[in-house]
Amino acid sequence: MSVDSATVRRIAHLSRIAIEDSEVERLRGELNAILAFVETLSEVDVDGVEPLTSALPMQMKKRADVVTDGGIADEILANAPLREDHYFVVPKVIE
Amino acid sequence: MSDPTHLSLAEARDALASKQLSAVELARAHIDAISKSRALNCFITETPEVALAQAQESDARIARGDARPLEGLPLGIKDLYCSKGVRTTAGSRILDDFTPTYESTVSANLLRDGAAMLGKLNLDEFAMGSSNETSAFGPVVSPWRRAADPDAKIVPGGSSGGSSSAVAARLCLGATATDTGGSIRQPAAFTGTVGVKPTYGRCSRWGIVAFASSLDQAGPITRTVRDAAIMLRSMAGHDPKDTTSVDAPVPDYEAAVGASVKGRRIGVPKEYRIDGMSAEIAALWDKGAAWLKDAGAEIVEISLPHTRYALPTYYIIAPAEASSNLARYDGVRYGCREQGRDVSEMYEKTRAAGFGPEVRRRIMIGTYVLSAGYYDAYYVRAQKVRSLIKRDFDEAFASGVDAVLTPATPSTAFAQGEKGSADPVEMYLNDVFTVTVNMAGLPGVAVPGGLAANGLPLGLQLIGKAFDEETLFSLAAAIERAAPKIELPQPWWREG
Repeated sequence: MSVDSATVRRIAHLSRIAIEDSEVERLRGELNAILAFVETLSEVDVDGVEPLTSALPMQMKKRADVVTDGGIADEILANAPLREDHYFVVPKVIE
Repeated sequence: MSDPTHLSLAEARDALASKQLSAVELARAHIDAISKSRALNCFITETPEVALAQAQESDARIARGDARPLEGLPLGIKDLYCSKGVRTTAGSRILDDFTPTYESTVSANLLRDGAAMLGKLNLDEFAMGSSNETSAFGPVVSPWRRAADPDAKIVPGGSSGGSSSAVAARLCLGATATDTGGSIRQPAAFTGTVGVKPTYGRCSRWGIVAFASSLDQAGPITRTVRDAAIMLRSMAGHDPKDTTSVDAPVPDYEAAVGASVKGRRIGVPKEYRIDGMSAEIAALWDKGAAWLKDAGAEIVEISLPHTRYALPTYYIIAPAEASSNLARYDGVRYGCREQGRDVSEMYEKTRAAGFGPEVRRRIMIGTYVLSAGYYDAYYVRAQKVRSLIKRDFDEAFASGVDAVLTPATPSTAFAQGEKGSADPVEMYLNDVFTVTVNMAGLPGVAVPGGLAANGLPLGLQLIGKAFDEETLFSLAAAIERAAPKIELPQPWWREG
């Protein structure tokens, strides 16, 4: 499978990465080189094989459903590019 | 003591314990070496004042007989580990001047055991790269040089290139690193150092900037096998904050260094003898097998039939996980922000400005293979092939093999700009021998095997059973004893 320039623009938008028109051709070439490289997996017989979901067999750990952390709003906001009181500030979302 | 930066970590520990050397002297010697070695570009942030304060506390503890396991030993920390109160960049512009309000579990374990932090080490952006050329803070240079071409700037491997170069150039006694597809073992092999990627779950991932969470694992880079064993013992251990961290006791790895390897069965996988393998790499591999045989091990040929699919599988799974993990860099909670007319344009412009080309490429590939209509064809199929790769190892170990021996890399280090500029896949091929280990969650170690004809180091890789790092330390120590000793060039990188 290979991608065309419309698909490159769609992937960029899904990725929330702005791209210039002048970049589309180069990106198309690079993405297609990688897709050609992974194409070889189509020759592997995977009938009846379960997808691997955990590198090693592990039991999901459980703990008591209690609050173990919190009350650190100042720390959480310390690195925000824009903040007001205890809020992150973003461009208007709802018109 | 003449120059304490020439001691191994174990020797420095013993010199501190016997009071032949103070922790402050040891820290100052390294701080001085770092300040004269900026040509290598190993550090993104130097923290000499932190290291000296820690060294003073260490001297006080040693004086009152209260020394901890790593008391007074100065280390470098890969800038993927969050350091409380110290700027942490992941080698990216997008994190801007992000200063964590917390310490990663693994670095906290090292500090708990008395180590000192010299600074934050350079790396490929978000650990995506094999040459340290994708860092937003410039490439790292290896202290090694080609004999016939001494002016070429040699790469230290990646992504842990600051770690490998700094350890090789004696700017720190050891360094933390991380390995998602080979990022500890490949840089170690390129710089003649020892790199250990532990079993998945052996070290906590909490507080380490995430790349591909099912593959990422922390480990040390050091100059000797014993030093790696000492560091790993402190780094490893259960952490309730990482659900994949294993609740099992951490062995005394140092005790395994020097243990007999007599009767151990070592598998040599025929599929690793790839097309176009250089005669020099093939000869190194044969020598490694001969050294282990001389030490009493038995060498057997094994088959890992899905080896050739590991790298393509990796380039679906790792970008898929990365595209999810890196969604958090949105210009809202931390890092840089570009202005936009609305929130969506703000995200898109921020991420275009903040991420470098390799990271953007991998996020886009990951987004594509997870998108509607392609998920089954790419991602689910890759997860199935990953099961087959892991099954190959399970069957080899079930047949009675204790460990697997392979070359660490398909070539020696190369010079800046020599690989991957036209085709990204050319750079990816560096990890052809290391990436299988991450796929299967197993431990692996890279250990120096000598110098190539071009004067650059070559490394061997040992792969072990899950949670059997001890066998790897014993075998790696046997190779270290048998391999020719390698000597760094004169310190051409030093000023003054």
